[in-house]
Amino acid sequence: MSEAALRKPADRPPLRVRLALRDIDGVTLLVLPAALFVLVLFIYPFTYGFVLSFKPKAGDWLANYRKFFSDPFLYDTVGATFRLAIPATLINVFVSIPIALRVRRLERRRVLTTLLVVPITLGTVLIAEGLLIYLGPQGWFNRVLSLVGIGHVRLVHNYTGVMLSLILSGFPFAFLLTLSHLTGIDPSLEHAAATLGAKARARFWHIIMPLLAQGLAINLCLSFVQTFSVFPSAVLLGAPAGATRVISIAAYQAAYEQYDASMASAIAMIMGFCQLAVVAVILASRGVWYRGATGGGKG
Amino acid sequence: MAIAGRDFRELRLDDMSRNFGTVNALKGVTLTVRRGEFIALLGPSGCGKSTALNCLAGLLTLSGGSIWLDTTRIDRLKPEERGFGMVFQNYALFPHMSVRKNIAFGLSMQGRPKAEIERKVDEALAIVRLGEQGHKLPGQLSGGQQQRVAIARAIVIEPPLVLMDEPLSNLDAMLRLEMRAEIRRIHDVIGSATIYVTHDQEEALSLADRIVVMQSGEVLQVGTPEDLYVRPARFEVAEFMGYRNQLHVAAARAGNRVAIKAGGIKLEGTAVEPFVDGDAIAAIRPDDVAVAADGPVEVKTDASQYHGDYFYSSGHTADGVELFFRSDRRLDKGEPVRLAADPSRVLVYSGSRP
Repeated sequence: MSEAALRKPADRPPLRVRLALRDIDGVTLLVLPAALFVLVLFIYPFTYGFVLSFKPKAGDWLANYRKFFSDPFLYDTVGATFRLAIPATLINVFVSIPIALRVRRLERRRVLTTLLVVPITLGTVLIAEGLLIYLGPQGWFNRVLSLVGIGHVRLVHNYTGVMLSLILSGFPFAFLLTLSHLTGIDPSLEHAAATLGAKARARFWHIIMPLLAQGLAINLCLSFVQTFSVFPSAVLLGAPAGATRVISIAAYQAAYEQYDASMASAIAMIMGFCQLAVVAVILASRGVWYRGATGGGKG
Repeated sequence: MAIAGRDFRELRLDDMSRNFGTVNALKGVTLTVRRGEFIALLGPSGCGKSTALNCLAGLLTLSGGSIWLDTTRIDRLKPEERGFGMVFQNYALFPHMSVRKNIAFGLSMQGRPKAEIERKVDEALAIVRLGEQGHKLPGQLSGGQQQRVAIARAIVIEPPLVLMDEPLSNLDAMLRLEMRAEIRRIHDVIGSATIYVTHDQEEALSLADRIVVMQSGEVLQVGTPEDLYVRPARFEVAEFMGYRNQLHVAAARAGNRVAIKAGGIKLEGTAVEPFVDGDAIAAIRPDDVAVAADGPVEVKTDASQYHGDYFYSSGHTADGVELFFRSDRRLDKGEPVRLAADPSRVLVYSGSRP
């Protein structure tokens, strides 16, 4: 054997060093459980459902989709879901901005934050039940209204009921996200703007909003996805056969009332596509706005 | 309306104070700043100098006292109504705006015409020597360049007063020296008053026309750099001005001088009025203590540090009193040397402190 061949393995750094140079070391193994989780609980079921949606009980491979888009009882659910999800998302996210602007200067922020986390932890079913009783025909709200002579207002088992529940459970989430993004903006930037003559309104539009845009886009996406998959409150507080017959109800009925897993998968795929489309639009428009008005990281 | 323009005669702080809860961060600061002056607020961290600056900028409201620009009372105006330029410690450049837009921000807030803004931004960029960097984002600049953008942004609105909050503390030593000269040059070019907060006595001494030494929310002494360096009025100021040797002594007047005694040390010093015989503190700069064969004090050397032209040494007397002094060669550990100090440079303050 030649001398060069003998020396070669020693000249090369050991495998472990070469891997470390590419940021692969023992810690990398910690990714494995998460990767496994995603594979088993997301990628596999998703692929399975995707394939299943093209294997209808009867008809050719596109029969499910054709059925969905030819039956108003089915395709109207898309509109019903958007009519709930978009206003609820916009209200939750944009109402959270002025409140977060004020709250970030409070000293007892922790108390308020805790109060706001409660609705998130309660879960939608409990909120729905509570609203049902409180806002129902015999609830306190209507009783007080009757007492002052305004009369009875119908707030449950319709669109309003679901909307109220979506705001109640979605707002704290949106608010906490906005608050954390807002507190991430260096207060000295606003101070600097003030010393340069910018009034509160100008500081908001020129400094806060551009720096908040990134976080706001993420907030919109998450809030939207949350409200789009509304199911319990649409059933409990809404009119599940009418105005709040959302797409998840259609999927549920296909799966558990008609036992047509293939059709249910197709509806789930359509639902997923709608969500992806909206998220893509939000992220793309953020790109346009961000590059136009701003463009850098936080200072 | 914003008070724009540099035509003012003086800025007056009258008994300005500020509390945070029960803490008095500023206890009645009174000071007059004339146009064109460069004032340094000097003091250790927590002395209230930054609070004072924020009060001037309007970012903090006063708990008491008032601020006057000539005959206008300004302490109740919002920061955006005062029109002072401020340079923040972390520069606070708007990260989403280019250098030009950062500098133009104040002018566009005033609603100036576009052509005028462009011209003034060009001028400001030239003053801070950043002509080529206008299109870049702050994140793409070095620390020194960011600092100059912050200065340009503050001065372009032609403020009567420029406030600077430790603007050099984030820079490395070389850049700090360079920017120090730059800041003074810019001050001289634009001709408004500058108030500069720092904890670095060297920075204050080399930059300012007058220095305001602060401690615990109070002004200890106001004076020219020479005043403070040569004749600190109080012991605390001396401590801050590099009088590293502080001896607790028994002192008694002897003619023009004061005779002081501490352990085995017997020296002559100069009294700082008001002075009474008794317990006192003698403050001496290490530079003013020199090795002399016939010196009155003998110490054993503890250490010698190389400082280029000289060595900065320390030693202790037989009674254990520690002294810092200059030597022109490296002294061995334990080497005995005799020391002498010019009586005019030994400042004796009445009183004692732990």
